[in-house]
Amino acid sequence: MSILIDNASRVLVQGITGREGGFHAGRMLASGTNVVAGVTPGHSGETVQGVPVFDSVHEAVAHIRADVALIFVPAPRARDALFEAADAGIKLIVCITEGIPVRDMAEVMAHLPRREARLIGPNCPGLITPARCSAGIMPSEIFMPGAAGVVSRSGTLTYEVVHELTQAGIGQSTAVGMGGDAVHGIGFIECLELFEADRETEGIALIGEIGGDDEERAAQFIRDHMTKPVVAYVAGHSAPPGRRMGHAGAIVEGTSGTAATKQAALEAAGIPVAASPSELARLLGEAIKRRRTT
Amino acid sequence: MDLLEHEGKRLFAEVGLPVLPSFVARTPEEARRAAEQLGPHVCVKAQAKTGGRGKAGGIRVCGTAAEVETAAADILAMTIRGHAVESVLVERAVDIARELYLAITVSREVRSPLLIFSREGGVDIEELAKRAPEALLRRPIDPLLGLLEYQVRDVVDAAAFGPDDPGGTGAGRTLASVARALWKLYHEHDATLVEVNPLVLTKGGEIVCLDSKVTVDENAFFRHPDVLPEPPEDEREAKARAAGLAFVPLDGDIGVIGNGAGLVMSTIDQIAAAGGKAADFCDIGGGARSEVAQAALEAMFAGPPVAAVLVNIFGGITRCEDVATGLVEAIKAAGVDAPVVVRLDGNAAEEGHAVIEAAALPNVTLALDPDEAVKLVVDIAGKRAAASEPAIAAQPNAEAPGGDA
Repeated sequence: MSILIDNASRVLVQGITGREGGFHAGRMLASGTNVVAGVTPGHSGETVQGVPVFDSVHEAVAHIRADVALIFVPAPRARDALFEAADAGIKLIVCITEGIPVRDMAEVMAHLPRREARLIGPNCPGLITPARCSAGIMPSEIFMPGAAGVVSRSGTLTYEVVHELTQAGIGQSTAVGMGGDAVHGIGFIECLELFEADRETEGIALIGEIGGDDEERAAQFIRDHMTKPVVAYVAGHSAPPGRRMGHAGAIVEGTSGTAATKQAALEAAGIPVAASPSELARLLGEAIKRRRTT
Repeated sequence: MDLLEHEGKRLFAEVGLPVLPSFVARTPEEARRAAEQLGPHVCVKAQAKTGGRGKAGGIRVCGTAAEVETAAADILAMTIRGHAVESVLVERAVDIARELYLAITVSREVRSPLLIFSREGGVDIEELAKRAPEALLRRPIDPLLGLLEYQVRDVVDAAAFGPDDPGGTGAGRTLASVARALWKLYHEHDATLVEVNPLVLTKGGEIVCLDSKVTVDENAFFRHPDVLPEPPEDEREAKARAAGLAFVPLDGDIGVIGNGAGLVMSTIDQIAAAGGKAADFCDIGGGARSEVAQAALEAMFAGPPVAAVLVNIFGGITRCEDVATGLVEAIKAAGVDAPVVVRLDGNAAEEGHAVIEAAALPNVTLALDPDEAVKLVVDIAGKRAAASEPAIAAQPNAEAPGGDA
């Protein structure tokens, strides 16, 4: 088992004829992922890395069953690509594109529930279930199948932690890079819920960073609902406070948002918080070992 | 990108929000001429992208053109919270009966725009929000539906204008159109914040937007070709941005380069935990090319002195070998002689180490893991600072004997 994707997942890549889309489709194929179709308007009938390309997601799913849409479409057209994937019936959408306007993402997030579609990202590295499926741009070479769940707002910190875990012999069930944009798809809580229900996952590493209150809300959720061990790391303790115009931001977010408030909220919920990514890997290894012996 | 008050008010006027007659002035002279046109009873306001202008003395009410000239001269010489005041807004003054608060901003929690209104506006709004959260009306706006009429009515009801208020209940109709126009501005201009504080009811019974705070989404500039992105104030930032790097100047002496925002942020945290202080946040992303590494180093050395540099790379898809090659070329080309600690791990790390070792640059040290790299660079920077300290301390005595008497 794993969460969100496994070896049965069939991935469709939107923007497959672009440089990034083509490159990563190739890497995903090489790591054993079922990349079943590509979509780029005006390119129907072509193939990229042996994968058939269609003009639209609707056309693609009429020919080939797909259950994950992976989006590499440039920011100005990403909103449309997201709507298209959801309207064509794809239930898991992963958006790698960065720089999408907040307005577009708010509109997408208002629409997705009507199609019962889930979104990961945007501005994220996607997700991976090692040796079974990669839907994104994570370097599959550093991953290894196993019991650790990873959910993160940062790409490179995920790699850093996963690399340490793998070297210590601790494999991963699924790693999710959820992205850090103000308006994004699934967050820590949804992932934690899935990891809690997943038989394979025995412990979870949560990697947060400054801004928003995802970590604070996750802390409360972990305290109230998680039986599996969760360990955390928060980046940005020495980041200069962001300039804030007006009062609305403070009214909406209150005192949350700094690395210190996040760490305090997590610790108050009894979650060990590491001082560095390497310590996080160590803490998770210990937590999983403890769980196995008790 | 934040807009200045007068830039925000130009957008206000475009969507039909009520603003007062005003002129922007860059010299005391211009300010006086503006006052002569507007009538002597005016307000002179510092144009700076920060709050707290009033408390800093950047807003003055004047009664004569001569007063305006003096006030403008004073305010134009000010720096408010690090922002130099380059212009003032000379605006007709009004007699205020009531101050309200109205804003729309993006809420991460509800993942949509959120309208906030209070019948008690002014500088203490944040206090009020903490003390009596129920005094603020909050309505999430479905971005696909827009501001709904019942939400507009909720705003008017919350304002609770009575027969004793100037303009009476008629002010409610104006308030309703203000709420609708503010949403139009927020939506059509891709704002992430529009705030009117205070939104005033004048003694004459008019509703007027006395201030404007507008932040527009830089990611949406492709939809607004008329908006010009502002150039960064810091020279280092400007250089780095020109090369497509994410760069934030900080005030320490250890230069930091890494790939990925999270990794760089984490590296800076660990430098701080080890007793050092970073000079910058520089994310080269997947930038393995030597031009990128060179631009990063050049940007870094364009600022205050850097005692040592830490390059922290985790190669995911990026090959460490390519980064190392770029780095070696960049160090040579930029003539960097400060100590550089390099940590490469992940994809093609061993090949990367070989490149660094083969180059045999005397100022470059390889570290095997991130913890060691941080310790090493903080040590080196500390020693260099200690070594140069007596020289700096000696200077005041040498150049200005008895200067502190």
